[in-house]
Amino acid sequence: MRRAFLALLLRDLRLAARLGGGGGMAVFFFLVVVAIVPLGIGPDKALLSLIAPGMLWVALLLAALLTLDRLFQADFEDGSLDLLSMGALPLELVAVAKALGHWLTTGLPLVVVAPVLGLLLNLPVASFPALLLAMLAGTPALSFLGAIGAALTVGVRRGGLLASLLVLPFYIPVLIFGVGAAEAASAGFEGDAGVQSLLFLGAVTLGSFVLGPVGAAAALRANLR
Amino acid sequence: MTTSELRLAAHDLACLRGGRLVFEGLSFAVARGEALVLTGANGSGKSSLLRQIAGLLEIAHGTIALEGGDSERTIGEQVHYVGHLDALKPSMNVAETLRFWTEYLGGGRNEAAVAHALDAFALASLADLPVGYLSAGQRRRLSLARVLAVPRPLWLLDEPTVALDAANTARLLDLMNVHLVSGGLIVAATHLDLGLVPARMLRLGEEVAA
Repeated sequence: MRRAFLALLLRDLRLAARLGGGGGMAVFFFLVVVAIVPLGIGPDKALLSLIAPGMLWVALLLAALLTLDRLFQADFEDGSLDLLSMGALPLELVAVAKALGHWLTTGLPLVVVAPVLGLLLNLPVASFPALLLAMLAGTPALSFLGAIGAALTVGVRRGGLLASLLVLPFYIPVLIFGVGAAEAASAGFEGDAGVQSLLFLGAVTLGSFVLGPVGAAAALRANLR
Repeated sequence: MTTSELRLAAHDLACLRGGRLVFEGLSFAVARGEALVLTGANGSGKSSLLRQIAGLLEIAHGTIALEGGDSERTIGEQVHYVGHLDALKPSMNVAETLRFWTEYLGGGRNEAAVAHALDAFALASLADLPVGYLSAGQRRRLSLARVLAVPRPLWLLDEPTVALDAANTARLLDLMNVHLVSGGLIVAATHLDLGLVPARMLRLGEEVAA
């Protein structure tokens, strides 16, 4: 079972890295959105550094949503999902492998480029570690909760919009606590608001590790039959 | 796994698709070394029946059991299903694709089995070619190759000869006959006379159409 899990994860990483896999799409989108913000807002450095944490998180969220709709759909359309459900691996673990693959190819690269974009938005360098920590703690929840929406809309052509609508409410806590942690860090960690936000973020992510795969597998079963 | 008395038995099956009754009251049994060939008009439920056996489609009424199989595992985990969709990714190459399915479907990292299956379907020379460049017949052979790479007792084949040329159809029939002789079971939907040795026919659709 572990072998099947690893085989599936490796396949997804490999597919994402290749042409048409869409591995770089989220990062590129993230870059573009954050890069045009200063152009739209104007070169007011104080204003930019004020809105930087929120901007980064909103852009990150949208970038994650952008790549989500193909999470199960590609496998559903070419019949792979039928076969994936016929192995020894339960659908819940199939969903874990796919969500983990999504995080490794989307969430993690976004976290890695976030500091560079933080510089573009004049985010204080001292708050980078806290921002990165919050993003590392929060982005897995985007992939695992998103898997539910992706699984629900697997049979819907252009289901990305529907999936986004379904998933977005679940993303709100991640956004609120993510921005909370980053803002507290910008303010130099006055009081323990930042730590609390980080802990909540961790809790949301841990919860998503359970809810995401179970919900996604249930949705896939309903769609497969 | 005790495969000594392996038998696929279906009793009083019915199938509903989109509220329409496709077939009902269908009973059959397939023993070791036997092939069941499903025939019938378009829409008579051949593919639906195969998907029901594989556990991919809801069984509206009746039962399907793999008697003498591994009771700890679902039927789906003990059968190969080759349907109309070929489950291939254009950006993966031929050997990679088969290696992945072999490992995923429980065959382990078995290079010898992969090489043997590629060879049996005359795909060895294409091993490094991305799947996107394959012709329809080559894609078909690649998706069929996994039934050889991972041993499973029951093969469910949905029109397996579609897009295959005469030589490759003959090759496939040989492999199917070998599977039967070695004690396997096959349920295949087809419009052609496959020429399988111990084949029983099941014609779908007449009773419902009447």
